[in-house]
Amino acid sequence: MLTAAIDGLVARYGLQNERVGEVASGAVLKHSRDFNLTREAVLGSTLAPTTPAYDVQQACGTGLVTVILTANKIALGQIDSAIAGGVDTTSDAPIAVSEGLREVLLDVNRAKSLGGRLKALGGLRPNQIVPTIPQNSEPRTGLSMGEHQAITTQEWGITREAQDELAAASHQNLAAAYDRGFFDDLVTPFLGLTRDQNLRGDSTVEKLSKLSPVFGTHLPGGVEGATMTAANSTPLTDGASVVLLASDEWAAEHKLPVLAHFVDAETAAVDYVHGDRRADGLLMAPVYAVPRLLARNNLKLQDFDFYEIHEAFASTVLTTLAAWEDAEFCKSYLGLDEPLGSIDRSKLNINGSSLAVGHPFAATGGRIVATLAKMIHENGGGRGLISICAAGGQGVVAILEA
Amino acid sequence: MGDRYLNLVNSPVGSAVASRVGLPKPAVLRRYVEGEPILPGPVRIGAVGKVDPALSKLVSATGADVRTTEADGDRWGALIFDATAVSSPADLAALRDFFSGRLRSLMSCGRVLVLGRAADGADITVDASRQALDGIVRSLGKELQRGSTANLLLVEDNASLETAVRFFLSGKSAYVDGQPLRLVTGVAVAPADWDKPLAGKTALVTGAARGIGAAIAGVLARDGAKVIVADLQQAGEALAKVANRIGGTALHLDVAAPNAPEKLLAYLESQTDGLDILVHNAGITRDKLLANMKPENWDSVIAVNLQSQLSINAALLSSKSLNDQSRVVCLSSTTGFSGNRGQTNYGATKAGVIGLVRSSASAFAAHGNSTINAVAPGFIDTEMTAKMPLATREVARRLSSLQQAGLPVDVAEAISFLSSPGAGGINGQTLRVCGQNLVGA
Repeated sequence: MLTAAIDGLVARYGLQNERVGEVASGAVLKHSRDFNLTREAVLGSTLAPTTPAYDVQQACGTGLVTVILTANKIALGQIDSAIAGGVDTTSDAPIAVSEGLREVLLDVNRAKSLGGRLKALGGLRPNQIVPTIPQNSEPRTGLSMGEHQAITTQEWGITREAQDELAAASHQNLAAAYDRGFFDDLVTPFLGLTRDQNLRGDSTVEKLSKLSPVFGTHLPGGVEGATMTAANSTPLTDGASVVLLASDEWAAEHKLPVLAHFVDAETAAVDYVHGDRRADGLLMAPVYAVPRLLARNNLKLQDFDFYEIHEAFASTVLTTLAAWEDAEFCKSYLGLDEPLGSIDRSKLNINGSSLAVGHPFAATGGRIVATLAKMIHENGGGRGLISICAAGGQGVVAILEA
Repeated sequence: MGDRYLNLVNSPVGSAVASRVGLPKPAVLRRYVEGEPILPGPVRIGAVGKVDPALSKLVSATGADVRTTEADGDRWGALIFDATAVSSPADLAALRDFFSGRLRSLMSCGRVLVLGRAADGADITVDASRQALDGIVRSLGKELQRGSTANLLLVEDNASLETAVRFFLSGKSAYVDGQPLRLVTGVAVAPADWDKPLAGKTALVTGAARGIGAAIAGVLARDGAKVIVADLQQAGEALAKVANRIGGTALHLDVAAPNAPEKLLAYLESQTDGLDILVHNAGITRDKLLANMKPENWDSVIAVNLQSQLSINAALLSSKSLNDQSRVVCLSSTTGFSGNRGQTNYGATKAGVIGLVRSSASAFAAHGNSTINAVAPGFIDTEMTAKMPLATREVARRLSSLQQAGLPVDVAEAISFLSSPGAGGINGQTLRVCGQNLVGA
């Protein structure tokens, strides 16, 4: 998928046999044999085989952090062009063996004689044969991301209706964007798939309200109080995305349109393990990253034409917005005299986001950067804010401008 | 899908059997390979009156071996006859004299090229004699065997012949047979490198993800053009492969969408230095007898095959994105001449294209000496024809003077020829690439 995405980009911009400064990407779920995933994808692509590449991984922030890394190198003059992105598959995820089986196999490998190998194999127990399926859970808490977010959702009092509204809007916006051809020059079809499979353009709040909650059912309030469903939580899907970055000179030399400039980025982390149940939710790090980014760039939260807040869960977006509107929270936790305030919701995720697209972990960042850059370009200029929450209590945010 | 019958009759056993039983024996056509000589053997030039030394010089410059003497047993790669001086029916005997003794010495995949003048209405006798050339060449095309072709160039006084002579002698014209082509005075610049006649040119090919479109993109790129390949977003995967194979760029464009011209202009403005070559190749079929034709099948064929070409041409002509001396080539079809059962909608568009190029010629000439022409393929082996029933396909393949289907590359070669700087004297015409199909040719 990553090779196909790179080849799609190469085809779009005529970069065959071009030695790009570097290609940075990564995958959250990958097999150890794919240690050089990005470099292998480059070698399999039509880029010059002399293009260097490396893997990066920062959970759901992977895609955006590759953009930050390469943009910084371009700004420093170390390279003049780069391709940044990510890829992930949930349908074809690697499966690990259990710890016990792994130890037995290593012992077999180390044994020097047939007898030794048989002896080592003799240590095998039936329960060790069960493989370890990768799970979307935090090692330090044992809670899944959904259960973590369910706590945050409850703490901030985010309603089921608000979540379903956001989810329906995401599907409707994405469908409309596809219908008007917005993605015609952004999406490279793969294995016959030309649109996101997850998209349900006919989603309505009424339909979504019929679903049963799947997260937070064990919290106080029980099933009745739980609000997070399969529809207002983002499904894990398969996908790859890449973004071409370059200096203005390189773009001009190659006669390529500059859609937007990468301005600045910030990453924050919260102590979701020991921190405050309300203020330090697993996916709340962007709430902290954005004010730091705004301050450094002398901007207000309202100084943007577009907001792209990754829809890990509908309630993640809503919590983030609620936190910025909460004067008490902004004072106590962000150290701000005034709250960041509210945003014009008509500028939020206007072409749909992860709830409709799906969330192939590392590919989400590149998708959002490319989408926002094109929106800014179509708008004839403007400024956009990207916010992506990530496992491990981290959050990556960035500004694009044109 | 390869032509098994063609391969069979070109094997030793198959050939012997076919001869005894009297089955058609299609030849393996000579096609262009870079670096190979333009012809398999020497050229003999004849004329009504004396052979113009300038013509001999021009043919020699193509790399062909022009002989002024001949001996018994000489075999010819090409026979060229200059009939521009024909002015009475009696003059036509000069063609009989020149050809009849030499046709048996024409090599396999040889070339017959007759130069004449177009009837101009000035003199009835002269015009009748000139028109007679058409009948001679078309009949000769049907007589020639072993992959040889005969074509007629109707030349104006100051027209540049070079590019056309090269095309018609070489393997690039393998599947063009029995066709007349008019060359008028135009701006026809000889390329710096005849192997890369399109060097420095920016070309756009619509419907380029597969089949004939992909072949056109490949030949234009081979000839030196920087090619933008366009197709529907749904074809993006195949399109990216074509772009990456030929070193071009991919553009997702639905030519039938109302905003297609606008999208195309925006793209050309931001990512090119203007367009030099446009190939309107995108086309669809929705075959049904007219009695059963659904409105949507009618409308979609008209929109994609004809209206899109009109709209995009109009937008380009009034923009700054179409360079001077640009070349537009539209895809017609022999169906546009002959019609075809179940194809009233398709036939409408393909005949419409013939009218489109004829009537657009002056507007393009006014746009910095640009040209617009069409190519009308006959039966070409593609993914589409591979799906035909075996018997129908086999019969269709034999229904031409060359007794075989053409290949996508044959269409592509003709398009590259019409797109080249030296083809400036060809405007508003439709060139058939059909192996002299017995239907509509």
